[in-house]
Amino acid sequence: MSAVAVDGVWKFYGDYPALKNIRLEAARGSCLALIGRNGAGKTTLLRIIAGFNRPGKGQVRIFGREPRETDARRQIGFIGHGISVYDELSAFENLKLYGQLYNLPDPRASATEWLERTGLARVASGLVREFSRGMRQRLAVARAFLHEPSVLLLDEPFTALDDKAIAVLQRLLREALAQGKTIVMSTHQLREALELSSHVAMLNRGQVAFHGPCTPEMISDPGYVYARYGEG
Amino acid sequence: MRDKIMYGLGALAILILINDIIHIMGLPDEVNQGAIFKIIFFHVPVAITALTAAAVALIASVLFLVTRNFFYDALAVAVTEVGLAFLAANLVTGSLWGRVIWGVYWAWDARLTSALVCWLLYAGYLMLRHAIEEPTQRATFAAVFSIFAFIDVPIVIFSIKWWRTQHPQPVFWGGGSFPSDWLPYFLWNMLAMLLIGAVLTMTRLRQEESQRELDYLRRLAHSM
Amino acid sequence: MGFFHQAFVITVKDLRAELRTKEAVNSSFAFALVILLLFSFAFDSFEETTQQMAGGLLWIVFAFAGTLILNRSFARELPNDCLDALIAAPISGAALFLGKAIANFVLVMAVELISLPVFGIFSNVHWTRQFPELMLVLVLGSWGMTIIGTIFSALTVNIRLREVMLPMLTYPILIPPLMGAMQLTSGLVAGTPIAPDTVVWLKVLIGFDVVYTAVSLFLVETVLVG
Repeated sequence: MSAVAVDGVWKFYGDYPALKNIRLEAARGSCLALIGRNGAGKTTLLRIIAGFNRPGKGQVRIFGREPRETDARRQIGFIGHGISVYDELSAFENLKLYGQLYNLPDPRASATEWLERTGLARVASGLVREFSRGMRQRLAVARAFLHEPSVLLLDEPFTALDDKAIAVLQRLLREALAQGKTIVMSTHQLREALELSSHVAMLNRGQVAFHGPCTPEMISDPGYVYARYGEG
Repeated sequence: MRDKIMYGLGALAILILINDIIHIMGLPDEVNQGAIFKIIFFHVPVAITALTAAAVALIASVLFLVTRNFFYDALAVAVTEVGLAFLAANLVTGSLWGRVIWGVYWAWDARLTSALVCWLLYAGYLMLRHAIEEPTQRATFAAVFSIFAFIDVPIVIFSIKWWRTQHPQPVFWGGGSFPSDWLPYFLWNMLAMLLIGAVLTMTRLRQEESQRELDYLRRLAHSM
Repeated sequence: MGFFHQAFVITVKDLRAELRTKEAVNSSFAFALVILLLFSFAFDSFEETTQQMAGGLLWIVFAFAGTLILNRSFARELPNDCLDALIAAPISGAALFLGKAIANFVLVMAVELISLPVFGIFSNVHWTRQFPELMLVLVLGSWGMTIIGTIFSALTVNIRLREVMLPMLTYPILIPPLMGAMQLTSGLVAGTPIAPDTVVWLKVLIGFDVVYTAVSLFLVETVLVG
């Protein structure tokens, strides 16, 4: 069974199809990079996979389950454009909150552990609004990894990050892949993404233009896929 | 084909209405209230048409949420707008009658107040639609709002009735002075109003569907 | 973790975040004070008619001030896309909604309970004579206001003119419970207990609260996910 299976998904804005009959799969332990121009539908697709929006037609399965099912949601970790932590709460309170929502056995212990792993233990009781940009981003990463998700969905994960956060995230993603977790990420930073990716899917105007394994040519020349399958 | 049916029904409704108005003009004045009493031939049918419109809007909204078919969304907005127009006609005829009988246009009586509150409720539906850009979200949120509004209609009507009542008792059921031989003209008017409502809804529905197609083409053009 | 525990976690989160900044509560209470002040110019507090209107005036203040709190409810989730993370979490939309509604209810009640004595002093009303019954009406009226305000706050969170839209959508729907609360409150602050002829308004309040709580819990998932 695929970790993530997207089967004939359409998304409509009124009558206009933003996604047309998308079919994608990501096997357990693989890393799929979604590439494509702005407006190609990458974010829309990721949000549907994460269960934030329902597809107009077709279905998404996370280990065989519909993404809105509680058991499927427990397996998903999502990092989007926003950091999804509260400015008015401390780093520890934020992580404890999500630990409780994910029904972790010991939310406090998990929160402390992830603050250490992202290098935020020192500022655990500081309010997020006092944090620097890089610290906020690392906290966002900790928030997404806290419940040990087996499927990670990342929307442009490297775009807004500073060097330290990129390093933290890449290390965590490598560890996750080594543990057999599955990653689907949309990205513009082809070089950073393709280093991790086992597969690539290119979206063009809401359709899958290419879907296949990530080859050495792609890694050596990130523009290769665009040149070969895109409209340039 | 659809156009021809629409024009046919529209023409039929107008013929019925003209014929009926001629007959109603020929009727004698009512004993107590005089000529103004005849406004009931219009006041009540437009109210019933408006209520029918609200019920259709509810059904269309629920069907949209179940099927996600945009036809039902277009139907819901079309019928809500037409219902609002009819409810406005109800309010205007009601206050004209009030001006003659009570001496004031507006008396905050139970049913006029209920009608006004319902009008505001459904005006909110249209405002909500105007404020949402993305068609799928607009349709979903509007459908949810329509359900909330419809549930409120009976609550509003009953609570305002308890609040105060100085409206005359319903003339048909309260043993009032509505002569039984006037009933056919009333029913013909009822039919005419419902037909006019249906034709207006169909017209507005078609407009809404063209609008959706335009929106589709515009988005397509932007994506090029 | 059970449904109510999930809702409770959300309530605690919302209250904690609000109490750190007190943005909504402070602005709401300040607004309530300003309206009370304006009323004191509009209506002579020593006239009997003003006393009879006490319930109406009070609930107008509550409705206006409450809107400021309810507007913040889902808007609070916007700055860092926090709503995404809440929707992604393995809790039902209904638990999320209930949690937020309870947090709003606590805040709305807090502002009302502070405004009440101020109103009593400004308007020369001895409002404590039927205290338990008055509290019952306050709770029922505020819950109706909160439930409608919270679900519509979710509907309007992403749209243009959010601050204006929320009251325009909520007030017409809230007319029946507000009417009931006004009617009952006027009697209670004048010292008259709820009598058989006014008990119907209690039923309106309870009915409204039950029906709309159920419908909101049922439809909130559609509002959040589509």
